[in-house]
Amino acid sequence: MPTAPSPKSPVTAASVIHRVEVRPRRGHHDPRGQSVQRAIESLGLARQPKRVEHAAVYLIEGALTPSEIDRVANELLADCVTQSAEVHASNRASRPSVAPGSAIVEVHPLPGVTDPAAESVQAAIFALIGREVLVRTGDRFDLHGVDKIVARTVGERLLANHVIHAIHTEPYFPSAFPTGAPYALSIRHVPITTLSDAELEKLSREGHLFLSLDEMKAIQAEYRRLGREPREIELETLAQTWSEHCVHKTLKSTVRYRELSNDPAFEGQWSLVADAATRPNHEVSADGTVLVKNLLKSTVAASTHALMADGIDWCLSVFVDNSGVVAFDDEHAVCFKCETHNRPSAIEPYGGAATGIGGCIRDIIGTGLGAKPIAATDVFCVAYPDVAEVPQGCLDPRRVLNQVVAGVRDYGNRMGIPTLNGAVWFDDNYVGNPLVYCGCIGLMPRSCVKGVTKRGDLIVAVGGRTGRDGIHGATFSSAELTDTHADEFSHAVQIGNAITEKKLLDAILAMRDRAEGPLYSGLTDCGAGGFSSAIGEMASEVGATVELDRAPTKYQGLSPTEVWISEAQERLVLAVPAANIDELARICADHGVEWCSLGVFGSEASDITLRWHGTEVGKLSCEFLHSSIPMPIRDAVWDASWAAQQRVTRRPPRYTRELGPTAADALAVLESLLSHPNIASKAWIIRQYDHEVQGSSVLKPLVGESVGSSGGGPGDAAVIRPKKGSDKALAIGSGLATGLASDPYAMALAAIDECVRNLVCVGADPTHIAILDNFCWPSCKDPRNMGALVRACEGCYDASQAFRAPFISGKDSLNNQFVTVDGRTIQIPPTLLISGFAPVEKDTLAVSMDAKRAGSKLILVGKTSNRLGGSHLALVAGSSAAGSAGSTRIPAPDLKAGPKHAAAVARAIRAGLVRAAHDCSEGGLLVAAAEMAFSGKLGLALDLSSMAVDGDPSLLARCFAEDSSRYLLEVEERDVAALTASLGEVPHAVIGAFTATSELTLGGASTKVAALGEQWSGGFSW
Amino acid sequence: MKLKALVITAPGSNCDLELCEAFTLAGCEVQSELLVRLSRDPSQIDRFDLIGLPGGFSYGDDIAAGRIMAALIRESIYPALAAAIQRGVPMITPCNGFQIAVQAGLLPGPAAGEPWSSVPTEPCVALAQNATARFNDIWTTMEIPTGTRCVWTRGLETTVDSAVLPCAHGEGRFVADEETIALLEANGQIAVRYGERDHFNGSMNRIAGICDSTGLVFGLMPHPERYLHWTQHPRWTRLSAAQRSGDAPGLQMFKNAVAHASAARNASGARANS
Repeated sequence: MPTAPSPKSPVTAASVIHRVEVRPRRGHHDPRGQSVQRAIESLGLARQPKRVEHAAVYLIEGALTPSEIDRVANELLADCVTQSAEVHASNRASRPSVAPGSAIVEVHPLPGVTDPAAESVQAAIFALIGREVLVRTGDRFDLHGVDKIVARTVGERLLANHVIHAIHTEPYFPSAFPTGAPYALSIRHVPITTLSDAELEKLSREGHLFLSLDEMKAIQAEYRRLGREPREIELETLAQTWSEHCVHKTLKSTVRYRELSNDPAFEGQWSLVADAATRPNHEVSADGTVLVKNLLKSTVAASTHALMADGIDWCLSVFVDNSGVVAFDDEHAVCFKCETHNRPSAIEPYGGAATGIGGCIRDIIGTGLGAKPIAATDVFCVAYPDVAEVPQGCLDPRRVLNQVVAGVRDYGNRMGIPTLNGAVWFDDNYVGNPLVYCGCIGLMPRSCVKGVTKRGDLIVAVGGRTGRDGIHGATFSSAELTDTHADEFSHAVQIGNAITEKKLLDAILAMRDRAEGPLYSGLTDCGAGGFSSAIGEMASEVGATVELDRAPTKYQGLSPTEVWISEAQERLVLAVPAANIDELARICADHGVEWCSLGVFGSEASDITLRWHGTEVGKLSCEFLHSSIPMPIRDAVWDASWAAQQRVTRRPPRYTRELGPTAADALAVLESLLSHPNIASKAWIIRQYDHEVQGSSVLKPLVGESVGSSGGGPGDAAVIRPKKGSDKALAIGSGLATGLASDPYAMALAAIDECVRNLVCVGADPTHIAILDNFCWPSCKDPRNMGALVRACEGCYDASQAFRAPFISGKDSLNNQFVTVDGRTIQIPPTLLISGFAPVEKDTLAVSMDAKRAGSKLILVGKTSNRLGGSHLALVAGSSAAGSAGSTRIPAPDLKAGPKHAAAVARAIRAGLVRAAHDCSEGGLLVAAAEMAFSGKLGLALDLSSMAVDGDPSLLARCFAEDSSRYLLEVEERDVAALTASLGEVPHAVIGAFTATSELTLGGASTKVAALGEQWSGGFSW
Repeated sequence: MKLKALVITAPGSNCDLELCEAFTLAGCEVQSELLVRLSRDPSQIDRFDLIGLPGGFSYGDDIAAGRIMAALIRESIYPALAAAIQRGVPMITPCNGFQIAVQAGLLPGPAAGEPWSSVPTEPCVALAQNATARFNDIWTTMEIPTGTRCVWTRGLETTVDSAVLPCAHGEGRFVADEETIALLEANGQIAVRYGERDHFNGSMNRIAGICDSTGLVFGLMPHPERYLHWTQHPRWTRLSAAQRSGDAPGLQMFKNAVAHASAARNASGARANS
């Protein structure tokens, strides 16, 4: 199908707007209307509509004959069996009506906001009848039995986001679409060389540059040296390139760290000061502080490079490209990237999450010479649905979660990428800053791992058109959110169009896999900073001349600066030898992909020249752009008491339980833990994702007796067969230990241990685990948060070394706090997501967590302590109550034990001794054991008296402590001796047996396994 | 000589690789081709022995699933497809393919005994939005009605463990008027039903898939092309080696069609030689 006609071609003044409404025929279901009615009921309004009806609205501007518009309405827009179409024309008297006694609310995207359905209709009309038209779409809801006020309220609270939508309570029927005015070139110089410090800071703030005073002064010095003032486009480019988002200033800075060592809360915690001497680029000063040069390089990356120097030869490309690449087999490599998209998701959750996954997918496509995305992951951190207070300027957490799930669903499903691993973590301090992590995994021939831009290559932009989307997205992500951020930064919100990216992907793979080899010498995606970052990176060695006027735009009126920094989605930049352009054009045409040549790579001084219709509008030195950002020394202090105090959070009443000491009490607590949203089934999310597309799934997110809509249990990690015709498999898992945020060092150890456990439990090879770090932190301008960040990085280093699991990629988002109208600052908990993947030798060697047969034994590997700090037991019972059952300290992960346990369990699984394996994590042993039982529809008789312990934990601690490095294994009786022999020194014990009964029994108390399954399935089902 | 299978793709297609793998494992030589390229010369379709329209998405499906692809097929290659079916080519259209097929007039096709004409029939069945208004990825039990004409599901094993198929769609609710349904039931054109317990999308008569009156053209919302290996089964780790022996039922469907097509070709070959 030809691509959509250019909206820049003005539609004749004589033309008309046709309004087509498509609704279910009388007597047919209206699922959309009904689901909106259900949603309205959940709003608890005083007046409820008796009935809600939905109609899709299409506004079509163009000279169409009556027979043509009739054909469009009835063949293209409406299904002749189930739907009817109603057509009106703006040059006719007839108008769409509203039934008496009802009110309508119509939601239309604001002008300039991406409207994928409209683009499809435009292209389809062009393909079917050869007419160039402009289309806008909307949704009409007829609410029967309520008035306009109710209708508008429903629109505002449920259907529309004022950042991107307009709400109408009459049928929206404009006589013409607003169109942008043509742009007249004016090159604006920004006086900077003579500004005072105060004026520099003002310029940075009011120009939304978000540069520090030091950075502004460095720029001032450079332009004093050049003897001129910067042009606007140059200043914007520097702001983008030097943004936290693009250069990770904080993690790469030099840090001076100290510990408040005589703080009682610090007692027993790991001390960097005591341990710094042996670490790379760490200096202990006489005053007891530790100086760390380039925090990231000296911790996370240092571990990888040490491991690579020490025999790990399967890391092919780490920290340098859009994702980290490791060997999969002799022919293929796999790559992994995980991004966050927190700011846009806070303001517009649907678009924010969709463009989050879209951008992460493009990172994979844009790795080396291009990888094929084969799996996606998502982790969300949000406030509890019943959060005590939703501050002004924040969205309701329930709406946020529903919308981010819908965003990932609509983008991932359309891209044909299975989203098959994830988690949701609840904490009220995420209310202003929900976290949206999107991960993507790719497969590529090993010959495509690296690309090199050559002088003389053409700069080719492919994919979506450029608009004002997301301008300042990169700098915006460095700003602190406030109650007015939604309005101030609405232009930073981006809406995705998955079909554009899918076509782009197919075209890129066709260009990559041609017989003669890839027809481009390099590529990268347009993410934060748009062309300025993408071309800037590719040109950093060779320079470039960019003709900005050539970029296809969504509408007229964009300035060169807007084209250069726009973050419009679904765009890639290729470096293409001129000889290959014709073939590129052919492939793009067949796949319906737009492309343009933006200029040429390579310039004498290796600088970047920006031009507009031949006139130079900007010139930047790559040297200054990429190597001159000032790196100040940052102060970091570890204040253990303050950190502990920060973590005292409200207990959501709904999950609160009184705590008694007996086994019966333990079983009662078990039920409330299984229904806690951190632990309960995420089926309602998982099943909205096409997690089986590409036909590669071996272990799905839900395993066990899971045919049909209910049942099953939570798989520890997903397993896929990435290559058709090969049975080698890949396990994908993650670790998140936010419960231990009161000491981010322990939190990092626990998260990595959990990620390893998840992978090992499904049969992965622990000697080939590659991991990724994603830090989401409150403001690191506060030295205490910076101290917490240092400890997390050091924990990453130690655990990565201990498990010999190299980091291959990472990302950070370091200013996640919200200032309320009354000036309170809500800081998120320091949050570290560890993602990981590892090969499974053969798909049939994968092991699932559901118990397989009555009579087999349940074996616990690892020691259990009485430390209940940060546990889910403490979440539901309160830390003081938990303290009465044990200690309020958080567990201390043991880096000597963790890797030994992982290796031993993997050996046992490989030897075929294990029927089911499950990681003991959120909720502790009893939750994990119950999950194994109900997902296998088996009974379980537990006896925890002989389990391996550290100290003398109470019964409740034995049941619910969340110590690391613990595994539950189902082993047939005849294999127990062999397993014990194979585990050797590793502490383990038989703690129960699966039975043919319907009961889970513990010390005389018992409960129905099926009821536990229902608690888990129903606890968090929207 | 291997039979040739054609998989017809469009901008935004997915699940085409699974469909290609299915035909390959069933013994075919597979070619995947963009609709726009076929439209330039529809006679390319004449050399193929089997045809598939992939599931997943096409053209983004922002208006409705399969809508644009169906409209373009009616405009371009419909006559070539009709001719292929007329000469006995089995065709499978899972999920998005099914949604395309019913809107393009390929299913339920001409009345019993009527030939395929080059003019598309008016759509008379629809795959509407799920009753839940939600996309749902779920394995369901399935029933193959006895006496169905469908060549793809013929003699299919339906033991408890294998009589399941993966579904993943938001618009799979089978809708038609009473007479149409009665006719399809009477003609044995119901090829697959959802199991009683797993009737999740609200389809009339629990219909998951239908075929044309010749049984050659098979459209269904489930994805047999995602059930070619036993390790794709959601509870394969609970199945015994015996239960996992032989071809997975999804693959059996494709082998059925390949067997039918080669038999047809040998027969016509034999006629040609005699």
